[in-house]
Amino acid sequence: MYTNEVMDHFTNPRNVGEIENADGIGTVGNAKCGDIMKMYLKIDNGIITDIKFKTFGCGAAIATSSMATELVKGKTVEEALKLTNKEVIDRLGGLPPAKIHCSVLAEESIRAAVADYYQKTGRELPESLKKSLEHDNAHGEE
Amino acid sequence: MIYFDNAATTGVSKEVLDAMLPYFTENYGNPSSVYAFSDTPKEAIAESRRRIAKCLNCDASEIFFTASGSEADNWAIKGVCDAAAKNGKNKIITSAIEHHAVLTTCEYMEKHGFEVTYLPVDETGLVNPSDLENAIDGQTALVSIMYANNEIGTIEPIKELVEIAHKYKVPFHTDAVQAAGTIKIDIKDLGVDLLSISGHKFHAPKGIGALYIKKGTKITSFIHGGMQERGKRAGTENVPYIVGIATALENACANLDNYTKKVTALRDKLIKGVMEAIPYVKLNGHTAQRLPGNANFSFKYIEGESLLLWLDMNGIAASSGSACTSGSLDPSHVLLAIGLPHEIAHGSLRISLSYENTEEEIDKLLEVLPQIVDRLRNMSPLYEEVLK
Repeated sequence: MYTNEVMDHFTNPRNVGEIENADGIGTVGNAKCGDIMKMYLKIDNGIITDIKFKTFGCGAAIATSSMATELVKGKTVEEALKLTNKEVIDRLGGLPPAKIHCSVLAEESIRAAVADYYQKTGRELPESLKKSLEHDNAHGEE
Repeated sequence: MIYFDNAATTGVSKEVLDAMLPYFTENYGNPSSVYAFSDTPKEAIAESRRRIAKCLNCDASEIFFTASGSEADNWAIKGVCDAAAKNGKNKIITSAIEHHAVLTTCEYMEKHGFEVTYLPVDETGLVNPSDLENAIDGQTALVSIMYANNEIGTIEPIKELVEIAHKYKVPFHTDAVQAAGTIKIDIKDLGVDLLSISGHKFHAPKGIGALYIKKGTKITSFIHGGMQERGKRAGTENVPYIVGIATALENACANLDNYTKKVTALRDKLIKGVMEAIPYVKLNGHTAQRLPGNANFSFKYIEGESLLLWLDMNGIAASSGSACTSGSLDPSHVLLAIGLPHEIAHGSLRISLSYENTEEEIDKLLEVLPQIVDRLRNMSPLYEEVLK
């Protein structure tokens, strides 16, 4: 059902854990739907120097979280905001149609953590980020 | 591979396959034909009907072969409701935890003018007979309540429920797909009017089932065509599969005492082991009124599909009621009906055993399961909150 890449990231997830005193934390999804992703960012001079995640969810939820952390680690926050769910899917060699939403959550979790960083440091949120936050809030109330 | 998904399907036993084989290549005559070549298949069908009737304690003329348990459920509900609609009846009573073969058929009947009552169940999965008594009235065409639940293994008080239905002269159907071959079924004692079974749950092939229809039950024909199955279910009979289901059910009935003893012991060892080794776990279903081969757990703070994938990598095949394994956004309707919150229903695991499973296999599961649960919990943000 899953590609080798998905199974690799599911069985050996990269960057699992928490970061103490993280510069940005983002949580998306909800337990009712069966998946929650929590991202922790360490940011120095606008660069994501470390990233950790914790995920409650299916194989695809875990694998997409893991892949997303790999794709943004070492990048600037602006670059991280450009991460798309499509890129996560492509790098995993594809996902079953029913699991596409997991990749969307992975993208949103990065954006939520970056948004938290912007807010904590008193920076103004880029327009695109404002929109996605509104979407997250709506999702959380479902 | 360790196969713990016997409620999903079972393998065809060697004995059953051997009994079936001659009807593919040698005795292939059409049972409806008049020449002597067709006598053997014709007699094989009659004999199979008698063998099944003997196992279930009913008359051979009351057994009708179908292509699946789902077909038997569809026929029972649509056929009885069709016939009852002529007398102005327009209500069906069923339970909230039925198999989709019953639930979806009831939804279909709703679109055709029937009103359906879905009786709730308690936290162990039992239907309360007084709820049936309150729901039933002169407009009720049919009551359909499963014998035993496929996910949590709870065995319903069918006899008591039938008595209530009959007090109001309403026919009673039970989906006995999980019960047939795994617990004793005595139709005369139960008093049911219709009962569905499916061969592949007890080591016959997939693609064969049967519906018991009590003599005198008003029911319309299901497949129109030739005069097979007393004109009620047309189509040239699948003779080898009919021989297969009869042989398999007869074997299951003959070995039922040994099966019950062995499988119950394995199940209880498994349940005890899991409850002792893993914290934050709940056993779903009834502790006593339960199928011998069923164990269903909810592991808090983790999700079922992840659990299944890890078990699979350890060579263990099992199933879950999580949304991710059902292809929908919601977890199992059965787990929600027994009152589990969504997030706990997502973390369920069903182990269903057969007589082929061994104690060593249970030991292997008890060895790997705590590690897998631990591993998934350690990466779960929900568990993180618990630890804090």
